[in-house]
Amino acid sequence: MRNRTIPAVVSILALLGAVLGVAACGSSSSSKQLTLVAYSTPEGAYASLIPAFEATSDGKGIAFGQSYGPSGDQSRAVAAGLKADVVNFSLEPDVTRLVKAGLVSSSWNQNATHGFVTESVAVIIVRKGNPKHITGWSDLVKPGVQVVTPNPFTSGSARWNIMAAYGAQIKEGKTPAEAQAYLQALFHNVVSQDSSARNALQTFLAGRGDALIDYEDEAIADQKKGSPIEYVIPKDTILIQNPIAIVTGGNTAAAQKFVNYLLSPAGQKIWAEKGYRPVVEGVAAPGEFPTPTGLFTIASLGGWTQVDKQFFETSTGSVTKIEQSLGVSTAK
Amino acid sequence: MAVSVRRLGPRAVGLTYLLALLGAPVAMIFYRTFEHGLAPVWNAVTQPNAIHAFWLSVELVAIVVPLNTVFGIGIALLIERGRFRGRALLGLLLDLPFAISPVVVGLALVLVYGRTGWFGNWLTAHGIQVIFSIPGMVLATAFVSLPFVARETVPVLHELGTDAEQAAATLGASAWQTFRRVTLPAIRWGVVYGVVLTTARALGEFGAVSIVSGRLEGQTQTLPLYVQDRFENFDTTGAYAAAVVLALLAFATLLTMNLLARRTRRDTAV
Amino acid sequence: MSPGPVSQALERHSPRRRGLPAGGRSATALGNGLLAGYLSVLVLLPVSALLASAASGGSAAFWQSVSGPEAVAALKLTLVASAIVVVVNALFGTLIAWVLVRDEFPGKRVVNALIDLPFALPTVVAGVVLLALYGKGGPAGIDITFTRAAVGLALLFVTLPFVVRSVQPVLIELDRSMEEAAGSLGAGSWTVFRRIVLPNLTPAILSGAALSFARALGEFGSVVLISGNLPFKTEVGSVYIFNQVENDNVAAAASVSVVLLACALVVLGAMTWLSRRGSAHGG
Repeated sequence: MRNRTIPAVVSILALLGAVLGVAACGSSSSSKQLTLVAYSTPEGAYASLIPAFEATSDGKGIAFGQSYGPSGDQSRAVAAGLKADVVNFSLEPDVTRLVKAGLVSSSWNQNATHGFVTESVAVIIVRKGNPKHITGWSDLVKPGVQVVTPNPFTSGSARWNIMAAYGAQIKEGKTPAEAQAYLQALFHNVVSQDSSARNALQTFLAGRGDALIDYEDEAIADQKKGSPIEYVIPKDTILIQNPIAIVTGGNTAAAQKFVNYLLSPAGQKIWAEKGYRPVVEGVAAPGEFPTPTGLFTIASLGGWTQVDKQFFETSTGSVTKIEQSLGVSTAK
Repeated sequence: MAVSVRRLGPRAVGLTYLLALLGAPVAMIFYRTFEHGLAPVWNAVTQPNAIHAFWLSVELVAIVVPLNTVFGIGIALLIERGRFRGRALLGLLLDLPFAISPVVVGLALVLVYGRTGWFGNWLTAHGIQVIFSIPGMVLATAFVSLPFVARETVPVLHELGTDAEQAAATLGASAWQTFRRVTLPAIRWGVVYGVVLTTARALGEFGAVSIVSGRLEGQTQTLPLYVQDRFENFDTTGAYAAAVVLALLAFATLLTMNLLARRTRRDTAV
Repeated sequence: MSPGPVSQALERHSPRRRGLPAGGRSATALGNGLLAGYLSVLVLLPVSALLASAASGGSAAFWQSVSGPEAVAALKLTLVASAIVVVVNALFGTLIAWVLVRDEFPGKRVVNALIDLPFALPTVVAGVVLLALYGKGGPAGIDITFTRAAVGLALLFVTLPFVVRSVQPVLIELDRSMEEAAGSLGAGSWTVFRRIVLPNLTPAILSGAALSFARALGEFGSVVLISGNLPFKTEVGSVYIFNQVENDNVAAAASVSVVLLACALVVLGAMTWLSRRGSAHGG
């Protein structure tokens, strides 16, 4: 008798597995279902924003599906068929990819905020008390200063950091060649190039490095967590702009209402509480987010399409070449 | 004296190595998890998303492990007892899943079963979603944990030889009877460790599953994805607590398989 | 690609012995067909997609993606680190399996239960904990972060179970009468181990070592945090591959993966060959 039991159990389990697997693919979204696919950092903000939206008449009864991950991964997933109604990425090219795939309207950025939902600035996080007296970009290339930044090739979002450092040199009146030389010196001081902003912060909190280039919202969130850090907003730095878009063919009516809420003063107030700079006037308290005197945008450096090509292209980009020249000298 | 040194030597060296490489990290995980007491841990593991992730991980294991066990034993028998020319090749093919970076595993599955993949149109036309739902996650998990059972069983089969099997066949036992009564009891420890490793690997896989799951919270988020999500959100207690749950699941598997294997031995001894 | 020829081949060369009843034969054929289908859906198709993607740009593009200085540096580091990891694993894995099977000490069961944890723990947790333990100010008093040693350590952690768990079952099943006979004839324990136990364990050791090599080639999560991910210094192949994906350069990512796969195949093939030779020699 017993001889039969084990194969029977195994085949039942296998069958069960197949059935479960097939059953699971049948689940489709109803009209009250809204799926948000976003990059990692704003998850904490959405934890407050979504319940607040659901409390409004527009958001009543809407069930949210939420997915968070690295910006590029999320964009590629939607392009490969991940069902989404609203996408919120770190970088504009991640939306452009979906425009090319026919999943987002080409007029997605034709609104009052040019398609952006939040802003931030690139900052320098230092240890409490700022023992190395770091006040700006020029301090990062001093001998003996160890810098941590995510790898701009592994993490697309980390390109904000590099372009902040580069653009600040241009802003100070240096030539592109001099700014390039600055990047070379900066990378010379970089001790770790983690795979994501979160991993870079992990490395920094584990005691490595004197300075971490990061986004202001991350710095604020981490400070609220009680980590022994403070941050410096350089005089010249980049304005980080995070895009939001509605995916065609989904639950567009509800998606539009949600995006409208995120851009409303009520929604923007919550973003501000979470450390993001609002994209509409009059939401943040005066002095809450000081505007650096030399603030510039990625557009002033030619926009992401050109920047990606010029700086980060495999084997020909100028940052690629910096990594190569430093790598060859240190690797042996 | 000399004997005890000879006995203690390997033990000391082996255990020191284990302590540094494995014991210390595991101890640290448990310490970090429970350093603020039990309440936050309990709170963390009873979050709805954590509970859903737990059951999803268990479901994936329940599907993948039996499949890979049955097919793994079949492949091992083919490699060790088969008499055809491609046997060595089959063995090599079997190991491929390990050499491919999990990220690329996910990518390759998307290339085949994704919206724009080889079968994308056909699957869409038939209303079947593989990638970004459970079937895709099953495929990814099965892929990364495929070789274990076969790989653990092959050396035992080899060591075992065919004498007993041939004797049973000569005495008139059918192929299935021979397998059930002679081969399976002899290879049980290989199967046990194969299943244990398959389960552990299936539980812990992040990279490949991360790509093909779509990471929908409360829907396609497994425990390792949940752990990553908690880290991203500065919730280290939640992350460590979920990691401890994964470790306990692996422990439980080992215990269960050990008990099963012991029972099998008693069955056959009688 | 289609399962047809494979299953035919498997059927034609059915593993079962002669004298099988007709019903058993068709059941075996069915089993082989299922097996071929399973392997096709799971492994052959995705791997073919990978090869097709790598070949999509032509041989010039393939060569360019795998011969860039950063790609070469990453591949070299991965191969060297994996090779070292294999040797260490073979030595210590066998030793640990030996201790777990033949030795008796309090807490042995606990130690045995710990072995599989490196698989079950998400790699990000492994990375964070190793960083805390063996980083600056850690309790170990050493700092290996951002060095190639860190790459090796992380790889050793994630591949630990392979050799242990493949040697253990063989050791359990190993007939001890030969060893006892040799011992009673005056052979020293080292001689007994080398001449009698080791030849029997060799296939299992090589099998486990081959698996840990393959796994080390593909590992990503645990390495990336503690190594600092510095291009040319501590950036491993899988991270370089990921960079190419991040740059929408799927063909380049696939190309580098294919190179890693080829390396794995060569090493695994060599180990299979060694294992057969070794066991033929021993037997």
